[in-house]
Amino acid sequence: MFTFSRRSASTTVMAGLLSLGLVACGGGTTKDSASSAAPAAPASSAPATANPNAPIKEGLKLAFLPKQINNPYETIVDKAGIEAAAEFKGEAKEVGPSDASASSQVSYINTLTQQGHDAILIAANDANAVCGPLQQARSKGVKIVSYDSDASKDCRDIFINQANSEEIGRSQVKLLSEMIGSKGEIAILSATANATNQNTWIEFMKDELGKPEYKDMKLVKVAYGDDDDQKSFQETQGLLQAYPNLKGIISPTTVGISAAARYISGSKYKGKVVLTGLGTPNQMRQFVKDGTVEKFALWNPKDLGYLASYAAAALASGQITGAEGEVLKAGKLGERTVGKDGEIILGPPFVFDKGNIDQFDF
Amino acid sequence: MAPDVKTAQPAGGVAALPPAGAAERGSFGRFLRWDTLVGLLLVLVFIGGSASSPGFASIDNLSFALGDLGEIALIALAMTMLVVAAEVDLSVASVLGLSSALVGALWDAGWAIETIIPLVVVIGAACGLVNGLLVTRLGLPSLAVTIGTLALYRGLAYVVLGDRAIAEFPQQYTSLAVDDIPGTPIPYPVALFILLAIITAVVLHATGFGRSLFAIGAQEEAALFAGIRVKRVKLILFVLSGTVAAFAGVVFTLRYGSARADNGMGLELAVIAAVLLGGVDFDGGRGTLGGVIAGVLLIGLLRNLLMLNDVSTEIQSIVTGLLLIISVITPRLVAVIGQRRRRPSPVPSPAPPAS
Repeated sequence: MFTFSRRSASTTVMAGLLSLGLVACGGGTTKDSASSAAPAAPASSAPATANPNAPIKEGLKLAFLPKQINNPYETIVDKAGIEAAAEFKGEAKEVGPSDASASSQVSYINTLTQQGHDAILIAANDANAVCGPLQQARSKGVKIVSYDSDASKDCRDIFINQANSEEIGRSQVKLLSEMIGSKGEIAILSATANATNQNTWIEFMKDELGKPEYKDMKLVKVAYGDDDDQKSFQETQGLLQAYPNLKGIISPTTVGISAAARYISGSKYKGKVVLTGLGTPNQMRQFVKDGTVEKFALWNPKDLGYLASYAAAALASGQITGAEGEVLKAGKLGERTVGKDGEIILGPPFVFDKGNIDQFDF
Repeated sequence: MAPDVKTAQPAGGVAALPPAGAAERGSFGRFLRWDTLVGLLLVLVFIGGSASSPGFASIDNLSFALGDLGEIALIALAMTMLVVAAEVDLSVASVLGLSSALVGALWDAGWAIETIIPLVVVIGAACGLVNGLLVTRLGLPSLAVTIGTLALYRGLAYVVLGDRAIAEFPQQYTSLAVDDIPGTPIPYPVALFILLAIITAVVLHATGFGRSLFAIGAQEEAALFAGIRVKRVKLILFVLSGTVAAFAGVVFTLRYGSARADNGMGLELAVIAAVLLGGVDFDGGRGTLGGVIAGVLLIGLLRNLLMLNDVSTEIQSIVTGLLLIISVITPRLVAVIGQRRRRPSPVPSPAPPAS
């Protein structure tokens, strides 16, 4: 029987390959032909005009769809957004999948559409996988705000971006400069040498350092810890030994800054070398409390949720449409301007220190 | 690889075994058959859902819920046949992921989608062939083999595509995976499923090949002596399972418009849950395709209804789990009750079929 099945199997495979060859020769739909043949992006159907003076409607129904429920960071964001909704007499809730897989958000989008929500706020697990159902929701008049992690820009109205690269880069230099009195040798402990976001930030840091007020600050080295705890730890050690006059280190990566803080806290450099960068409160709490690190930055997740909530309400009330240049009135956060591609930036990074770190748990 | 008449013929004789076993339970057992109950439960969920949640019975919602079940339903067809023959394939979701990763990688490399789809389905068949050969030639239990290939194929998927996500597939193909047939609320993949389900139902319940599956599942030794080429039949089933899973991977990729190595993670459990819920005996030899289809729909619509009522993911999972356990317990309970009622009978009843 195996002779038979083997023969028939090989016949099938041959026939299959043959037909593949034919199709391959005869051309077909490839990435290139599809993109060249694709019709130009349809002009958005008659863009609605915004009325900046329209009042926020009462009783708006908003839903937060995080990457995953029970994720401490996303819980803070969504809770703040739900509280914000109470300020403008709307109701908001958080629903979502228990796993952060690409497709798991899709059935939730459909459900929220059926439930008649005015806006869906989503931290997309996959920019494209959620696109189809988001488009369907929009065709039924649901407004879409992405936050934290963007969906494809033609599937949402507004993206709330935590912070822009330029602000992150420049503010890190400012933060360190305040602490060392704008004087002395400094180093950067980055992640990998080809990490796009890290390199963009470092470029802005170098640009900022070129300004006259930092003429006494000298960048002696950019070290790479590869976002590996042990390597970052060793690189910190190396930096401090190689540059005895080092006054400060900026580590714009959560892995790097916590490894560096761990090394410094147990060494003779504690209290002599200033460390700052981007980190999370839970990782950095002990080092802030023991005085190794005075201040570090990240964005404030509460403000992120708050701003997203106001953006959704403003969209659903017709105050804004998501067009560049419109102004969003965001309660206690003041005003934000809609940037290119419907992006609204939360603002400069938020600085954590001894005084406020205990208000955050993520 | 159609079943040939030679194997089918002798199967007819043995095939009398399982239905006879079922009939033994008498009219009481027949009335309480689990697959009938699942069908009734499905009707109840539908009526209850329409009454309680306004959005539930809307064409939009049902069409979406059906579309969302597409891949599970497709894979369940092949899985039903495997489980009836007392085998199982846990690697299906990994084959789906591998197929999705391949579609993405090849599309990214500039291949034509018309070449990619058949090639990927052939690779899926090969994955199934590997499973089948390990089970039939080395005599290994399919549970162990496919737990192994579950990890293996998923690993390959990551080798092929890493953690990238490939998007921007041609619109005429992504629409095929999402859109309804013009003028109906039926999405294309569901229409395809209906067609395949009819074919599967005919093969399983009205051909010698189908009867041979029940015979193998009920008692492999007996089936062997009755002249059924057990190994070959099983090999065919595994190849079918791999093929269908790979095709489901193509549908999944186009439906979400995103090829990823982690697509369909954990889907194998949903498929097996639907098959068991549909009344197929995990030990083989018993079950109906109608029951399985009702099982798939019940899981899908129940989940949809719970979501519409803001029931949390945890509770959804608890409800499906309980339902599954009940579905495994009930038929046994019915069998026990059936035996008690027959006890006064002077004729000693033969041993129930292996279950």
